[in-house]
Formats: sequence, C-alpha cells, structure tokens
Amino acid sequence: MIEQRGLRVYDFGVQHKALIMMKTTRWFFLSLILPVANALAEEALPATVDYNRDIKPILSNNCYACHGPDAKQVKGGLRLDSFKSATSELKSGERAIVPKDLAESALVYRITAEDVDERMPPADSIKKLTARQKELLKRWVAQGGEYAKHWAYVAPKKAVAPKAVQKGFTQNDIDQFVLAQMKVKGFTPAKAADKRSLIRRLSFDLTGLPPTWAQVQAFVNDKSPDAYGKLVDRLLASKHYGERMAVYWLDMVRYADTIGYHSDNHETKPLYREYVINAFNDNKPFDQFTREQIAGDLLKDRTGTQLIASGYNRLNMNTREGGAQPKEYTAKYLADRVRNASTVWMASTLGCSECHDHKFDPFTSKDFYSFGAFFADLQETPVGAQKATKVPLPRDEKKLGAIEADIVVLAKQLEGTDVSTGQAKWEASQKAAAANSVALSPWHRIGPFAAPNFDQAHAKSFVNEAAVDLKKTHGKLKWAEAKNLADGKVHALTGANSAHYFYRTIQSGSVRPLELSLGSDDSFRIWLNGKLVADKKIGRGVAPDQDKVKVNLVAGENKLLLKVANGGGPSGFYFKAQQVTLPGAVVTALKIEGAKRTPAQKAVIAAHYRTLAPELATLRQKISTKNAEKTAAINANSTSLVSVSMAKPRMVRVLARGNWLDDTGEIVQPAVPGYLKLGKVPEGRASRMNLANWIIARDNPLTARVMVNRLWAMFHGRGLAMPLDDFGSQGTPPTHPALLDWLAVEFMDKGWDVKHMVKLMVTSGTYQQTSIASKAGMETDPYNFWLARQGRWRLEAEMVRDNALAVSGLLVKTIGGPSVKPYQPAGYWAHLNFPKRSWKADAGDALYRRGMYTYLCRTFMHPSLAAFDAPSREECTVERVRSNTPQQALVLLNDPTYVETARIFAERILHESGKDVETRIAFAYQQALHRNPNAKELILLTALAAKHLKQYQADAPAAAAVLKVGAKPADTKLDKAELAAWTSIARVVLNLHENITRN
Amino acid sequence: MNNIQLFNTDVSRRAFLGRAGLGTMGLASLLQAADRPQIDKWPGVLAQLHHKPKIKRVIHLCMAGGASHLETLDYKPKLREMHGKPMPKSITEGQPIAQLQGKRNNLTCLGPQHDFEKFGKSGQHICKLFPHIGSVADELAIIRSMTTDAINHDPAHTLMNTGTTISGRPSMGSWMLYGLGSETENLPGYCVLISRGGGQDQPVAARQWHAGFLPSRFQGVQLRGKGNPVLYVKRPDGVDVNRQRDVVDAVQQLNQLQDAEVNDPEITTRISQYEMAFRMQMSVPELVDISKEPKQVLDLYGAKPGDGSFASNCLLARRLAERGVRFIQLYHRGWDHHGNIKGAMQTSAKLVDQGCAALIKDLKRTGLWDDTLILWGGEFGRTPMAQGSGRDHHIKGFSSWFAGGGIKGGTSYGATDDFGYNAVKDIVHVNDLHATILHLMGIDHEKLTYQFQGRDFRLTDVHGKVLKPILA
Repeated sequence: MIEQRGLRVYDFGVQHKALIMMKTTRWFFLSLILPVANALAEEALPATVDYNRDIKPILSNNCYACHGPDAKQVKGGLRLDSFKSATSELKSGERAIVPKDLAESALVYRITAEDVDERMPPADSIKKLTARQKELLKRWVAQGGEYAKHWAYVAPKKAVAPKAVQKGFTQNDIDQFVLAQMKVKGFTPAKAADKRSLIRRLSFDLTGLPPTWAQVQAFVNDKSPDAYGKLVDRLLASKHYGERMAVYWLDMVRYADTIGYHSDNHETKPLYREYVINAFNDNKPFDQFTREQIAGDLLKDRTGTQLIASGYNRLNMNTREGGAQPKEYTAKYLADRVRNASTVWMASTLGCSECHDHKFDPFTSKDFYSFGAFFADLQETPVGAQKATKVPLPRDEKKLGAIEADIVVLAKQLEGTDVSTGQAKWEASQKAAAANSVALSPWHRIGPFAAPNFDQAHAKSFVNEAAVDLKKTHGKLKWAEAKNLADGKVHALTGANSAHYFYRTIQSGSVRPLELSLGSDDSFRIWLNGKLVADKKIGRGVAPDQDKVKVNLVAGENKLLLKVANGGGPSGFYFKAQQVTLPGAVVTALKIEGAKRTPAQKAVIAAHYRTLAPELATLRQKISTKNAEKTAAINANSTSLVSVSMAKPRMVRVLARGNWLDDTGEIVQPAVPGYLKLGKVPEGRASRMNLANWIIARDNPLTARVMVNRLWAMFHGRGLAMPLDDFGSQGTPPTHPALLDWLAVEFMDKGWDVKHMVKLMVTSGTYQQTSIASKAGMETDPYNFWLARQGRWRLEAEMVRDNALAVSGLLVKTIGGPSVKPYQPAGYWAHLNFPKRSWKADAGDALYRRGMYTYLCRTFMHPSLAAFDAPSREECTVERVRSNTPQQALVLLNDPTYVETARIFAERILHESGKDVETRIAFAYQQALHRNPNAKELILLTALAAKHLKQYQADAPAAAAVLKVGAKPADTKLDKAELAAWTSIARVVLNLHENITRN
Repeated sequence: MNNIQLFNTDVSRRAFLGRAGLGTMGLASLLQAADRPQIDKWPGVLAQLHHKPKIKRVIHLCMAGGASHLETLDYKPKLREMHGKPMPKSITEGQPIAQLQGKRNNLTCLGPQHDFEKFGKSGQHICKLFPHIGSVADELAIIRSMTTDAINHDPAHTLMNTGTTISGRPSMGSWMLYGLGSETENLPGYCVLISRGGGQDQPVAARQWHAGFLPSRFQGVQLRGKGNPVLYVKRPDGVDVNRQRDVVDAVQQLNQLQDAEVNDPEITTRISQYEMAFRMQMSVPELVDISKEPKQVLDLYGAKPGDGSFASNCLLARRLAERGVRFIQLYHRGWDHHGNIKGAMQTSAKLVDQGCAALIKDLKRTGLWDDTLILWGGEFGRTPMAQGSGRDHHIKGFSSWFAGGGIKGGTSYGATDDFGYNAVKDIVHVNDLHATILHLMGIDHEKLTYQFQGRDFRLTDVHGKVLKPILA
C-alpha cells in the first residue's frame, strides 16, 4: 500500500490531516500541497502534552534555525532548545516562556500575533505554524513548558510487553506491543497472509530471491504447526541470506568498484564485500562486526579477515586528479568518514557540523572535527592511487602458520647446537681485525657555493680546505651536521655550476690504509688531514662505486674533506669506506678480553657467530628456504584496501566554515560528541578502537536502536522511527517507542545477535499479516503507522534482476569474488577519461550473476540498476528511493538481459509444462508469481500467444532475430516461431507489476 | 513534510481512473488507442509560482573543463603588457592553486593569446575567435565576475549543477522539474547532450544530472549521439512496433486486473509509466532525427545529421525546447587547456561558436526566444599565470553569459582586476546564478525546498542573490 513505497512521511500531523481530508475527497494527496494552516483543528489535543512527541518537532522544524543550538546564528539572544534559556530574561525584558503563564510568555504572543511584523516565524520565512501546532505550544506552556531529554539520547529500557493478546495474531512479544498500540488507535490486525504469499515475501526478505514453485508447494502442503518456523530457519541458513543483508550494508558504507572523483578509476576491494556477506551468514555479533570494521587492524592478534574488515575506513571516494590539493582532499576524506560513521551507527547528522554548530542537534563544529580525528591515523594517499595491502585469507593464514611453525622448530635447533669450539677459533681470528677497525663520524656539510662555470666550481677554494673551520660562515652558508647522509647510498644535490663540501673525522686505532669508494655528479676532490689526496674532474651522472681512493690514516683522529662540484643538470654523490664488516657492537665486544666481557657482550658475539658458523650452514640454509617460502606465500595473498595505522596521526584542526585553507582553527584530539560522553575518557590519545567500543557500549543510547529500527524497515518497509538516518531533533519520534526500546535491549541482551532479531521480527504475527489493505485501513492509516497490515513495495534494483534470472533458471548462484560485467549499452562509458575505457561484457557464467556483483562504477552506475534506484554509493544511503519511472519500463522491455531472460524462461515453459496453452500460462504464473492465473488472465494471454505465434510463423526472420538476443544460444530443438511467441508471453509476465513487487 | 511522494502516487491514479478506459475493455481484444491510459504528468510541487515568471525553460551550454575567460569574454590588455613577467605575489599568495602548486614561487603572466574586438551596438568586448557569438553580442548579458569554491573539475561541476560540492544533492534541472513539472508527456523533462573536441576530454559524471535525494523521476536523461539516443529505448530485435504495443497492452491490462484485487496505487503509476515509456520509443527517434530540418537551418548551425557535434546538439536543444522540455543541458568536453592554449582555443572556439549563435537566432525565428533562457559558461576559468603554454584552473574570477527571456541584452556585469585574477566588482557566485535562474522561472530560490535528513535543502544551499542588474 502507499506507505510501503518508501514514503518518508515523518510528520504525524500530515497523517492526521490526510485522515480528515480523505473523508471529503479521494484526492487528498493533492490537497496536501496547499497551505495547511487551517488543517486539523478537529484533531483532539492530547490531555498532557509530551515534549518529545508533541513539542520538540515543532520547535526544531520552525524555530531552531534562528533560536537553536547553533550559537552563532541565535537571533535576539533567544534560544529555545533548553528550559533554562527559554525562560531567561531577554534584553528586551521579555521571557519567551513563563511557565503556566500564557499572558506573560512572549512565545505565545509571538506565535499568535496579528501584526505580521511581530509574528513568528517571520512572514518572509517558509516556516508557518498550523493552528494545531499553536494550540499545542500554548497548552505546553500552560502545563509548565517543561523540556525533556531528546528521546534518542535516553538509554533504552526494556519494558514488559503489554498484556494484549489476540488469538490467530499474537506470536511473540512484538505483537503484544503492536496490538496494544492498535487498540489505542482503534485498529485490529489484518488476517494472516496466505501461505504462498508468505513464502514469497519471506524468500525475498531473507534471501533476495524468489522461492521455486516446488518450495511453495512443499510449504503449502506442510501442515505441521512449525512449518513456518522451519521455513524461517531454512532461509536464515541459506548462503543467500548473507548476500541479501550485505546489499543493505554495502549501501550504507558506500561500497563500490571505483574511486568516485573525476577519473573514477578502478579500486580493488571485493574481499571486503565477501567479508560482509560472510559476517551475516556466520551471524557475527553486531558489536564484533562493528569493532572489526572500524578498528579491525588494531585488534590484538588480528586475523587477515579482521584486517579486510578494516577496509571499511577506506571505502570513501578519493581522487587522482592532477592539480588536486592534498590538503583539501584530506579534509574532504575526513568529512566523508564523519558523515558515514555517524550515519551508519548513530543515525546522526553530525556531517551538518562541518561548517557550523548543528542547527537542530547538540553537535558543535568541534565535535565534528574531534570525531574526524579518530580517523587521522589512517595511512592514505590524499591525491593519487591508494595503496592496497597483501592480506592473508583464512586459507592463507593456515599455510603461513605451518611455515612459521617450521621456522620456530629450525630456529630452536640452531639455538640448541653447541658451537663453542668453532666460536673460540673464530674469535681469535677476528681480534686483530677488530683492533684495526676505524670509526667514522657523521658528515657535516656546506653548500651549494655558486660559481660562474664548472671549471671554477671544481677548482675554486670556497672554504679553507687545508684547515676546515666548522664554525666559520660563508655568506649565508653555514656548516651543518647531516646525519641523514648515510654511507653506501646515493644522495642528490642541487645547483648548477656549484660546489658542496662534506667533512667528517675518522678515528683509527693504528696507522693503516683505508679504501674509500666514491660516486659523484660531476667531479670530486678529497683532502685528508689538510692534504689534497684525490682530484677527479669529470662530467657524469652519479652511481655507487665509480672510483676507489686509498688513503693512509694516522693513529687517532683523521680529518676527511670531500668536495663535489656540478656543472649543469642533476647532481649527487656516493661514499663508502671499505673496512671490516662486523657490526659495531660486536667490534666493541671483541676488543675486550674474553673474561672481562659482560654477559650481554658475550651474547652479542655468540649470536653473531651463529649467523656465520660453518657448522650451522645447513640449518641456516633450511631456515632461509622457509623464510623464502613465507615471503612467497605472503606475496601470493590477495590485496585489499585496508586500514593501516600511522604512529604519528595527522593533525586535525577545526576548520572555520569548513575552509581547508584556514590554519587558525583549534587543534583537536579524537573525542566523541560532548553530549554523549560515556564512561571514562581513555588515557592518552583515543584510538579507533576506543571509538568502536564507545559505539557499541551498552549505555550508548543510539546504536542498538538504530540497527533494530533498520532491520524492522527491511521487513516492514518503514522504520518504527523515521527517517532511518536521522534520530535527531528533525526526525520523527518512534510510533512504538516501547517496542523500539524493547527490541534494542533484546538485541544487546542476546549478544547483538542479528539472526535472532530477524527471526523474532519475521515470526511475529505482525509480519505475517496480509499486505492487502482493507478500504477502511487505507483511509484511516494510509501510511500504515499502526501496523494493522503488512506492506507491499517494489523489489530493490538487484532483486529485480536476480528475480528475473532466477525465474528463468539463468541465475548463477556463486557467492563472492570480483565484480562482474553483464551487458551494458555500448558507449555508456564514453564520457569517462584518464584513461579512456570501455565496458567489455564478460562471457559465460559471469553474465548471469546476482546484481550485487555487477561492477559498480560510481560516476556511471550500470543504467539498468540505476533505473531501479540502486544508489551510486558515493555517500551513505540508508533508505533507497523507490521510484516508478518510464526508464524502468524501458529496462524491463528492452534491456537484452531481460529479453534473453524471457527467452530462456520461454524455453523452460515449453520444456517443462505441456502442450496445452493454458497449462503453459499456468506454469509461467507459478514460476514467476507463485500463483495460478485466473480466467481473465488466461483469456488475455491465450489471445496474445495465438496472435504472436501466427505472426512469427509468417515472419521467420523476426522470430530468428528475437531468439538471437543475448549470449546464450537458443534451443534449436524448439520451433522458432513458437519460442518467439512464448518469449512475448514471458516478457509480459516478467514486466508485470506483481512480478517486481514484494507483497 | 514530504508531499512529493504522495503526489507522485496519486496524480497518476487520478489521471487514470478519471477515464472509463480499462475497466470495461474486452479482455480478448487488444486495447484501442482511445482506451489507453493517460500519462501521469507531474505538475510541479509549486501550486502557485512565487511571482510572474519570465521564462519557461533553460538551456545550459556547459563548457566543461573550464573555458579560459581570458580568451573568451574578459579583455585584459594589461595582462598582455605583463606577458612573461612574474605574477605579483601579493595577488597569488595564500590562494588555492591547482597544478601550478609546485611553481608557487615562480609564477609568470601569460598574456591573452588571442585578440578581442568590440561587437554589436553595445560594443561588448569578445574574443575574435567567436565572431558568431559576437554577432549576437547585443543579446548577451556578460558576467565577468564569476567565482566558485572548487578548484578541481569534479567538485566544481557538482557545485555548478547542485549548488554544493558534496555529492548526492539534486542538480538544478531536477529542482526545476520538481518545482514546475514538465510541459511534455512524450519526453523526459530534463535532457542532457554531450559533445567533445578541442582539448583533453573532461570526464563528466552522471552525477551531474542526478536527482540526488529527489525522486529519480526528476533525474536528467542523457540523449546520446551514438547508439540508442536514450538507453534502452530501442525495441528488441524481432519485435516490431505492433508486437511491442501488444506486449505493453497486455502488461497494462494484467496490471489493471491485479489492481482491482489488491488496490495498490503503485500499479496505476506503473501503468502510466509504461505508457510514457512506449511513447518515448516513438518520440525519441523522431526527436533526434534532424535530417528533415531544412537545409538553411542545418547550415545556420553548421550541423550534419548524426555527427554528434556541439552544433547538432544546439539544434537538438531547440527541438527539445519546442517539445516542452524544461531543462536542457549541453556539455562540450573540450576546454581543459593546461597546454597549448593558443592553438586549442582556436579549435574549441570553432566547435562551439556557430552553434551558440545559431541557437539564439533559431529560438528567435521559432518564437521560443522570449521564454527560453540560455546560460553559457564553464565550471571555472583559467589562470592568468602560464602553465607552460597553457593555463591552470582558476576559481577567483571568470566569465559567463546569459541570454534570452527576461535578460537585458548587450549588458556587461562585474569585472576582474587588471590581471583577470580576482573578481573585484559585483562579484557573482555560482549560487547567485542559480538564484537568478529560479527567479526568472517565477521561483523564490529560498522557498523551493525539500526536506532530507531533517533539513530543508534548496538549490542555493544557504546563499544566493538574484542578479537584478542583468534582468530586463
């Protein structure tokens, strides 16, 4: 019925108005768009006004923009979002609210003022109060004008279900809440749906796929009392349950195959999609599901699967556009993550606070950025391709585990072998070398010194080369220590026609030669202890080990000066001293006599010896082979975009008005919104793990409510509270607050068990009612707020496709894996660039996979899915639009997928039913609609079948053409004209509204 | 409240049930034309306009990639004198820069690469590369003080179309359909055409004509130059128009039978949408076939049937306007001139110049001029600083023009500084363009709103002022 079409009517006032108008005209919807000032004075006012239910929506919707939580926008010093401020004396001397005193309350005067200039809301705003709203506000003030905490911020409590029971309807606690509310509102439950409707409804709701006719028959014929319960269990255990639930989750977290901005390139993460499917199938508790996605990478001993889950944080759109500024996009990604996480788990529009304090809800701009700071540790590329990570899947982890165990065993063997004899010999042989080793200080550097040409750059003395003075400055240039110039590496230098100097000391225990290995771009000179010992004038590019220079060291300190001069183009140098390769600690230890060594020094020597002991060579070889195996196994792992935490998170500032160029805002640390502080603040910087734990904390009033409300919407077409993505002031309070709270607490009590909640909901009598509305029901409760029937709505985009494929028998039910490319109109990607690309349809099975696996290009969504409102996954989608457009008709009529599906369905009809036309039509109805056709339907389709058969018999080329649509060849055993004619019938059936309706 | 979906449902029901039609038809016979359902026509959410409208429809000529204002509409002789000299730091310091980021300290001026000329009685300065546009200079209101917020193509287009850089909001064409409905029953009320040439092709995302959080019936529909002009509009092979009609008729009748059983208003809407779809299958091929236009009209535009050019798209824009389409958007993807701006501008200008002027002349000829608005411009302009031989993205000052109903032709509005860098006089933001367009349509931009996630959203976000000085 109407309300189940994804209508988002949040205002109960609308419903009441609609009610009355309906009595006078059936075109009441039309009336709704007229000004509604006079509507519904007839609706009785509640005896006791409830702030959350009756008043807050009025204030929030009409007053808060100027008199609400956004401190910067407050007009006339008046805020109406708390009792204190609303009752305080204003500059004008008035008080907006004087409890129980209508005459003294400025609010009452203002909303009722005759004078347009005095009246609120102002005449030039689009806001206007209805007569009923004014009366409510007056009654509220008269009753004391008391405020209450917003319903969604008060922790849910589990009330005992009311004792309302009706035989044939009541199945569990849910029904008692619903029935009690129905009684208050004057409704009675609808009769239970017939069994064929039930199985069809339940199959779509739990698996996104239709039942087969055999399954329908089996269920209808199962007269056991728990037939329905068994059916629910079977469907919950189906692997397709996870797929169905995943589609919804993937909408929310905006999962896609491309990056979204500008060039919209491919980005791999199907493992995340599989994770979500498996999580629902394995019934992973929702708290764990949450923790793994927000902070899976931070879990102790995390598995590969948990790392994949943390890919949640990387699902945002990102850019590779040349000229995009990293700082700007870093700010965009932060905002995107805040919007997403706060909507997904909290149904909060925290995103509104990017530029200003929230106008309706208690979020400050600082809250927004503090929330964003939780994600500031994520490593990402602000502009450019994101780096994917090798991630072990469970099977890879098993393999890796085995290799690692082998390595442990081998390492133990290595450790356990006695090598003391060999070590003693080796120590003796190394002592002399150790004594002879030299120690090089870090470099000091100065430069570049500019010269008119290369000759002078090379030859001129820019510093006193014979006696270097590190304290002396040369114009603007100073000597500076350069620890980063590590030996054995090429270092780049700058400046054409210029020279750089590098200076260091070398300590030597004895007089000895030392070989230096050099590289330079272009030329170099070397002085040792003030004497020029090498001079190479050359023009070249730099590489390691281009020249060897032998120098003679004195005992004690030696002074080494290196000059590198450059002509034009790039410049650089390389330096390495050839000497004993023992590590420093080993050299130090070896210089000490054996008996005087500390245990640590002994251990250092012993450990080093084991790395080269000839007697251990075989073991070491085995270990290195195993290590190579390990590396190979890791390299063979799949890649996915996951969370990688940086030790030093990005600094996050409050950006005034969201302006990323503004560097003056306050620096913030990760923190949850101030009004929802729970428990103790963690010591030190809060992490994503703290955020996850806060989200799923028992006393967080939002998370459980938000999730059960969305589950409810999956099975009833609308939530108990609407909209599903705003539990703030601008949302509508729940129709059944006690039920919502009961469900939320039940969810937590049962360990966040999603399947338990689903089962509770779908086994309720409320769920099992018929979706056919009585005339009275339609008139008195058009949006089905009070649940006195089930809803009916168009199947979701993917289900439209899956259903057609399933009915025809074409559906390939493989679960998971990379995205696939079914048919798409040629040239649809023509307006993508960097690089240009075109869609190449897959072949074989990949053409017939479920819609959720269709390659999702954010800027050019597959048009067949987009027509049925599949979102482009650029932003979080909690509620899909359910539209009804000509494009949908064009898709079902003309998209080759549906024409081919109809042809294959026609083959099934001809093969599996009978010769008789009516039997065939009945078969088609049973398969697609799960019912038998009635007499009128039979007459109509029989006539069409006859007409088209005759036409195709007379027009063989046309028949042949119909049979060629799609990749799957037509069954050549069948008569072409007959198959073409039945393809027409199949097309009709697949195009029926009923065929794409969940009822 | 959220009227639209309610309306969505029931208008069609009214349209349908208001007729005797299907209830009494003979089941075995196929429908007679007169019995077929009427189209569910969305009349617009505004039962009454906020003031008297000047125009009924908009044609947006979008120069995707960001056409240089310095080689189109903004004459800067001083910049020519500065050619090759350093760009004063006082102007560029602290400003957002796109691809020239690395050269922030070494920016040099690039003088205008083409000459300008005074055109028309109004004597408006227009680059010589655009003689045709010059020939209608007296019809144009040129704005030389445009600014935008986003320096990269994708967000800048999103802002130009939706009033904000955040994805997921409705584009302006969708807002107009939502507010006013369409005048056609046989075509989508918001059509998009795309052409290319003259520079590296700018990607243009379907997001640009998306309905965002509005129902998808208000989404723009792309008419394609190649392949099916509208996706899935072509009947399957082997299904001629009569057989397709049979299939649709059978679907309609069976749906109607079902409706009697379950009383589901969505069925009525479905029936209406199938009727519209069927009509589109006839009307779209007829629409895009410009071969029957008189030769002098084709020559006026420089259009060749089936060439997919901007010129042909301009001619199609007129045909769409004639048929009552509310919002028509033409993208030309050839203006991202990071290099060789001198040569590339010649090519791009040649590809669009004649079509733009021809459209103006043709609208006048066909009597559509007075109630059609044309907006010409890119998502941003280009830097006065050189990027090699080209120019980088620029958001602090660029140019656009309006022409048509309600517009004071031959006017110039706003100005940039001597470098063409900052808009300094009568600064115009993208939101102001939107406010002005809505104003001409009889809509107060602050009053056309839609509640989503608890907030009243509008095309102009929280900004926008009407550019009164350019209005007639």
